[in-house]
Amino acid sequence: MSLWEYANPVKFMRLSGAVLPWAVFAAAFCTIGGLVWGFLTPEDYRQGSTVKIVFIHVPAAMMAINIWVMMLVASLIWLIRRHHVSALAAKAAAPIGAVMTLIALATGAIWGQPMWGTWWEWDPRLTSFLILFLFYVGYIALWPAVDDADSAADLTGWLCIVGSVFALLSRYAVLFWNQGLHQGASLSVAPGERMSAVYRYPLYLTMLGFFLLFLALLLIRTRTEIRRRRLAALQAREARA
Amino acid sequence: MIALLLRDLTLATRAGGGFGLGLAFFLILCTLVPFGIGPQGATLALIAPGILWVGALLACLLSLDRIFALDLEDGSLDLLATAPIPLEGVVAIKALAHWITTGLPLVVAAPLFGLLLNLPPATMPWLVVSLLVGTPALSMLGAFGAAITVGLRRGGLLLSLLVLPLYIPTLIFGAEVIRRGAEGASMATPLAFLAGITAATLALIPFAAAAALRVNLR
Repeated sequence: MSLWEYANPVKFMRLSGAVLPWAVFAAAFCTIGGLVWGFLTPEDYRQGSTVKIVFIHVPAAMMAINIWVMMLVASLIWLIRRHHVSALAAKAAAPIGAVMTLIALATGAIWGQPMWGTWWEWDPRLTSFLILFLFYVGYIALWPAVDDADSAADLTGWLCIVGSVFALLSRYAVLFWNQGLHQGASLSVAPGERMSAVYRYPLYLTMLGFFLLFLALLLIRTRTEIRRRRLAALQAREARA
Repeated sequence: MIALLLRDLTLATRAGGGFGLGLAFFLILCTLVPFGIGPQGATLALIAPGILWVGALLACLLSLDRIFALDLEDGSLDLLATAPIPLEGVVAIKALAHWITTGLPLVVAAPLFGLLLNLPPATMPWLVVSLLVGTPALSMLGAFGAAITVGLRRGGLLLSLLVLPLYIPTLIFGAEVIRRGAEGASMATPLAFLAGITAATLALIPFAAAAALRVNLR
């Protein structure tokens, strides 16, 4: 019994079918619960009620980066071990990651307007997210452009690897290029920089909720991809007969 | 490998359209910018480093799809893939040929275009140095993008979408070198980063590009 057995689409479909309802339920519970809890928190003495944007902004930004890392790992697994589910999972994850990046950018703009007095600033954090979004768009655009499914998986895999290196490089390049307006990490471990517990615990819950939301969406989308692949195989067989 | 380089160079110069097209595009861009911005010398001098680098980037992009597409069409790419030299070497040589036909003319002509954009004469050496160090990275990354999109029907448009985000770090450090040179500040750090990017792309991109080519030739 090994983890690699779930690279078998039949096994993956069986397991994901069993897990999916629970994942959807847990995601809805954590996300809605965390957002309601976050909405009920007291207003910040400096930022007023706009501080509540943090409960969408930070989890979305966290997922935007982590989904790209997940795509990188899935691409490597595909390129090294040729597990089809892995390639399809990377394909299924990309639009979710792009939307998470957009949510982080949009909520950041809505938050930045009252706080900094500007919708957009060429700040390293903001700019590197915009670049990350461009990488997502390129990756998503390459998938349907290649006719053969395995070639598409190979090419997007290589793009993901090279893109990861350059996304990281861009991150540090823009840091060099311009000084920041955005504050540091929201969940710093240093005691003096930590957020107050009133905000921290609902934030943890929404982060868990966004992770579960990604898991649920990823399972749904990967299952769709597998079914689409099966349908294409069946149609090809019909056409030959 | 030298024969391959000479062949690519001859093709680029004789086939028409490739050689010098990037240079003409660069000239057009440098002519258009003052019309868009206004002819104030101080403003132009301020934005000249960025404009020159963006221009170099776009001029480079213009000729990228020629790196592999023509060879794929007439079948010589298949021959090169089965030739005794490794495909990684083929990629490196073709990127080098691309650099000689588009990057190098830009480097040589850049002071002239800097003059058009009112760049201070003292900055010219840094403009040339930053382009000289940075443009090989543009050709290498472009070769990777061209290798990925070579078999695709609508590759050209996709190519720019894939390659331009990869160009961002090179652009930042390249323009930074000129900007610091204009201010008289130390440009050692951005220059070192720029050289580092170029060295890393020279060393690693041929492998990724060759892998992408093999997929497309399969």
